[in-house]
Amino acid sequence: MRLQYASNVRIVEMPCSGTIDHRVILHAFEDGADGVFVAGCMEGDCHFLKGNIRGKKRVNHVKQILDEIGFGGERVEFFNLSAAQGQRFAEIVKEMTERIMKLGPNPLTSNPDGKEGGIA
Amino acid sequence: MIIAQQKPVKDIAAMISDCNKVLFVGCAGCVTVCLAGGEKETEILASSLRIMRKLEHKPIETVTFTATRQCDPEYIVALDNMVQEVDAIVSLACGVGVQYLAERFKDKWVVPALDTKFIGGATEHGVWEEKCGLCGDCVLHLTGGICPIIRCSKSILNGPCGGSQYGKCEISKDVDCAWQLIYDRMTALGKLDKLMEIQPPKDWTKSRDGGPRRAVREDVMIG
Repeated sequence: MRLQYASNVRIVEMPCSGTIDHRVILHAFEDGADGVFVAGCMEGDCHFLKGNIRGKKRVNHVKQILDEIGFGGERVEFFNLSAAQGQRFAEIVKEMTERIMKLGPNPLTSNPDGKEGGIA
Repeated sequence: MIIAQQKPVKDIAAMISDCNKVLFVGCAGCVTVCLAGGEKETEILASSLRIMRKLEHKPIETVTFTATRQCDPEYIVALDNMVQEVDAIVSLACGVGVQYLAERFKDKWVVPALDTKFIGGATEHGVWEEKCGLCGDCVLHLTGGICPIIRCSKSILNGPCGGSQYGKCEISKDVDCAWQLIYDRMTALGKLDKLMEIQPPKDWTKSRDGGPRRAVREDVMIG
């Protein structure tokens, strides 16, 4: 499809969005990621039945933690899309990148010009 | 099991605000099962506090460890070397574990990360309910396996009271009347006649009136 999306997005493959762990997201931010988004399958399409629902709940919990500690929960998001929706993936990357650009770099990074990273 | 819930991160941060290196100790017992203070929760809390302190330009160094149980001295011996370098210890155990750590490491600032709530069990994933009042003199054989001490708002032994309506307690429409549950269960068991026996006032001397309680099994004591 030759779709273009932001080159500063790093993809981390996981067997299912339901395996996403709070610690993976928090460590990503500690390691300098400006934003993290988790891409799960469409609701109702989970091979493991509820993996994406659980993943979304976990991401929402991380949002709460990040808000509570003053980091900002808006830097992490969960999106639903199927593996066949390359176009939608590119849109989400664009949407998330724009959101993070508005928020600015990770406040934990000493280098304010640090690149942003994403996790899918 | 003991059910506990984590305190707000800001409250925990305030307890260790003057510390630069902190040991976070989880417990693999009850608080792991109720998802409050196991290995995962310990690492999440440590990570959260590292981020929080870095945002405040007061970075903190953390060490994490999860003990098999914090309520047994033999399992906290492993911490002896770890505590040397730290300014404080944050315990993610119930109140028992916090006290065991404070007792063993007398020169360390030991603080609780959890609020110990009650003795209970899970009713569904993520939901826990209080089931035992720790009265020290179990009456479940009289009440069809439903505890009137903790599940009845008045802890009465000859219920229900006048506040029971349509199976619910007068304190809330969401709270079952324990005595309605007891009545229904005894009816189903064909043992309703047992409820006709008037129970005398409970002997509370086996509960908390004599200060902290002790349980001793001399046959397993060493030495």
